[in-house]
Amino acid sequence: MLNFHKDHKNLVLTAGGVFIALSILIAIMPAFQMQETQPIPDEQPLTAHEREGLNVYVAENCMACHTQQVRNIEMDNVWGDRPSIPSDYFYSKKRMDFWRQSPSTLGSERTGPDLTNIGKRQPSEDWHLLHLYNPRAVVPESVMPSYPWLFREVDSAFMPKDAKVVAVPKEYFNKPGKKIIASYDALRLVDYLKYLKQTDMPSGDIDDFIPALKKIQAERTEGGGQSLDGAKLYSQVCAACHQDTGQGIVGAFPSLVGSAIVNDENTETLIKIVIQGYNARTDYGVMPPFGDQLTDAEIAAILTHERSSWGNDSEAVTEEDVAKVRQYVEMELNK
Amino acid sequence: MKNCKIIILLFLMAIPNLMSAQEKITTENWLSSSGIIGTFILIAIVMIVAIIILFIKLNGYIDTMKRRQLDKNRMAFDDELVAMDGGDIDAILEKRKAALTYKLKGNELSGNHTAIDEKGLIQRVEKDPNNAFFDEKKKTSLSLETPQELKKIVIYYIGAAAFWLVLGTLIGQYLGMKFLWPEMDHQAWLSFGRLRPVHTNMVFWGWSSLAMIGLGYFVIARTSNNKIYNYNWAWTGWALINATVLLGSLCLMAGINNGGGEYREYIWPVMLMFAIGLILTFYNFYKTVATRKISEIYISNWFILASLIWTIVLAIIGYLPFYQDGLGETVIQGYYMHQGVGMWFMTFTLGLVYYYLPSALNKPIYSYSLGVLAFWTQMLFYTMIGTHHFVFSPLPWWLQTIAIVFSAGMVIPVVAGTTNFLMTMKGSWSHISKSYVLPFFLVGTIFYFVGSMQGSVQAFRFTNFVWHFTDFNVAHSHMTMYGIIAFFLWACIYAILPKLTGREPAQVFVGAHFWLAFIGLFAYMMSLMAGGTYKGLSWIDGDPFIESVILMKPYWVWRAVGGSLMFVSHLVFAYNFYYMIKGYTRKPSATQKVEEITV
Repeated sequence: MLNFHKDHKNLVLTAGGVFIALSILIAIMPAFQMQETQPIPDEQPLTAHEREGLNVYVAENCMACHTQQVRNIEMDNVWGDRPSIPSDYFYSKKRMDFWRQSPSTLGSERTGPDLTNIGKRQPSEDWHLLHLYNPRAVVPESVMPSYPWLFREVDSAFMPKDAKVVAVPKEYFNKPGKKIIASYDALRLVDYLKYLKQTDMPSGDIDDFIPALKKIQAERTEGGGQSLDGAKLYSQVCAACHQDTGQGIVGAFPSLVGSAIVNDENTETLIKIVIQGYNARTDYGVMPPFGDQLTDAEIAAILTHERSSWGNDSEAVTEEDVAKVRQYVEMELNK
Repeated sequence: MKNCKIIILLFLMAIPNLMSAQEKITTENWLSSSGIIGTFILIAIVMIVAIIILFIKLNGYIDTMKRRQLDKNRMAFDDELVAMDGGDIDAILEKRKAALTYKLKGNELSGNHTAIDEKGLIQRVEKDPNNAFFDEKKKTSLSLETPQELKKIVIYYIGAAAFWLVLGTLIGQYLGMKFLWPEMDHQAWLSFGRLRPVHTNMVFWGWSSLAMIGLGYFVIARTSNNKIYNYNWAWTGWALINATVLLGSLCLMAGINNGGGEYREYIWPVMLMFAIGLILTFYNFYKTVATRKISEIYISNWFILASLIWTIVLAIIGYLPFYQDGLGETVIQGYYMHQGVGMWFMTFTLGLVYYYLPSALNKPIYSYSLGVLAFWTQMLFYTMIGTHHFVFSPLPWWLQTIAIVFSAGMVIPVVAGTTNFLMTMKGSWSHISKSYVLPFFLVGTIFYFVGSMQGSVQAFRFTNFVWHFTDFNVAHSHMTMYGIIAFFLWACIYAILPKLTGREPAQVFVGAHFWLAFIGLFAYMMSLMAGGTYKGLSWIDGDPFIESVILMKPYWVWRAVGGSLMFVSHLVFAYNFYYMIKGYTRKPSATQKVEEITV
């Protein structure tokens, strides 16, 4: 009956039919099943601006180099507090418009860092804009392309109203009387990047990462947060702007070396800046607040590191100092 | 046959052991993990085959050297003659004088006399033996009786393919250099993100697909002993696919991207043209096979017809929107990007090899039933393994496990196919040094085994752990799409075009094409594999991310070097193509006698 060698109709129908059946089983049914996913209770939908930013992200095909998935293996724990779950993608992975499908944000290559939690890791709009204008201005070894077409060069005298000026260091842009301002697309893209944050699980309990190295795991359980490594925390949280050398970037992020605020005997202002952020100097970018992201002990460890490195030689900051200032700040807020 | 079945059974029995070895993940002895060892062995196979080919070639060269030494000895003998005493020399000089004044009448070898070679001593007449650097290969003197319309279709399809190959790999080469000089340009439409899918889609749909379909038209007509059902549809298909690549590339460079999922970056109106082109091609092939003049359907046509129907289904599933929100899209993405390679390029190309390899060797395929086994297992196993691109991702664990298990199951079609091709070549190994087509087939076959098996072991959880997201994936995709598909396609093109046009490319240039492409690919994949492994280990060790960027730089340099060699080889290929088709219409080969010859 099924003589494939001589009956072309049977051959084609069988090959096609079995393939369709297998495809339904292995692709379409699981896909429908995954589509049923509900969002996490606290998960925020994208605003109109953030969605426009996602469109820029897709148009520039950022997923060629950046993933957005924290795998459930320990080496990925630098990219998020927990492994990604299907609900994380509820709002962002929807069909974009009539012409374009749901964006493949998970990605398949990590030439650049994972962006699942970039909004939390790097909340500074100024950093993102300068980084997009020229990545090497903030990360000298970066191989990411610059995106100058997301920015405009304008005459300082004819600055458009509410233009967002990017503080570009002189080495990267030095034309007298001219300034670089961010285009609408650049601002939306940064809106989207800042949106990328892992939502906390309501119950608080999360899937664990599959451990990679027994060594690291053992260290974690033994260390247990007793002594925090200020240098490491600094390089994770602060170095993107202030650089590993503490010298910052002239024209964008201030130097911490020999800084009066950093080395002040009274640490109140310094701690306040870290907790609340800082936007008092027009010659530098805005510093975002880190109060929600870092614990008192972590802030103390970082500040102690800052005050004792690169030639700085001031006293250590204690957890209690930070707790006191935090209390004070909260009181002010509630007034 | 029996041996093969036993080997396959043994492989199957070994699979559960390999799988269970993945449970405990530790990097302490990563070098002894089964997936890593497997990869080392597979790469060693390529090395060994390359060395064998090199030795065969060297051997030929040494033979020439030996012959030269013999000539030298004869000269020494002449010197001895000179050293003889006066009387003898005078006598010889007298003879020489007479010889000098002797004139040929001009008809000694020709004229009215026909050359007689009663004892069959003359094996080869070489008109231009002064090629001092390369071993001469046998020439193809076969000219196939082919309708002029079909000839034109095959040539135009391959011509367009060659164009997209050169342009597509030029873009690839440019992208490779951007890793070293990220500030090369500041044009939006030349930026890395936009250009990367232009490169991949161009070599996929432009080069490989057009070349496959062009070569397929010849196979379908020839093995069905029939005329192509409708020549116009072939031309419409040609125009549609070319328009797809052109418009798709322009869209991507303008920032119109379907969503960034690999190989479906073209938006649906563009991809729709490709799908229509495929449907036309399928119907044309199907009708030609349906009205064939022989009762059996040759195995090539199984593969070719199935790959077309599978790809049409695949394109439809890949672009329908109903189940693609949330991670539904990711399930489909894994399915689509893997089947695009497996069900389209691999299946179609295997169909081509089942025809062109035996025809180039002038003998039947080793085992028809192995071909049939490979066909059905290709369909059953390849379809299931898409999710191995998302191991450890938020996709369901069971879906990942199925993908890993069936990836291991890919051993069966791959071993069946490789065995079939190698056993067909067996007994004709001596032809390798004499043919410029066979080395391409051999390298394609070896990469078919090595690349596919490497893909299978890469799907294991531990190997995924080290290699996923690193440049190792890029090495793997070039090892397969280039090492397997492109090498097989070149083999088929060099095997068939001279027979259609009656013009052979210069052998030096075919050799240059082969070695540049092969060495280039080897540099490309070795550097990215080594770099990718170090990158993965650096991530596992918890080093800062930028460390992994810095450590890749020397490997990216070698990748760019390899890529340049590959690109230069494509220029040589384009020249060879031009040379083969130049003025082909002026020589209607239909009048020439059809001969049998071994190439």
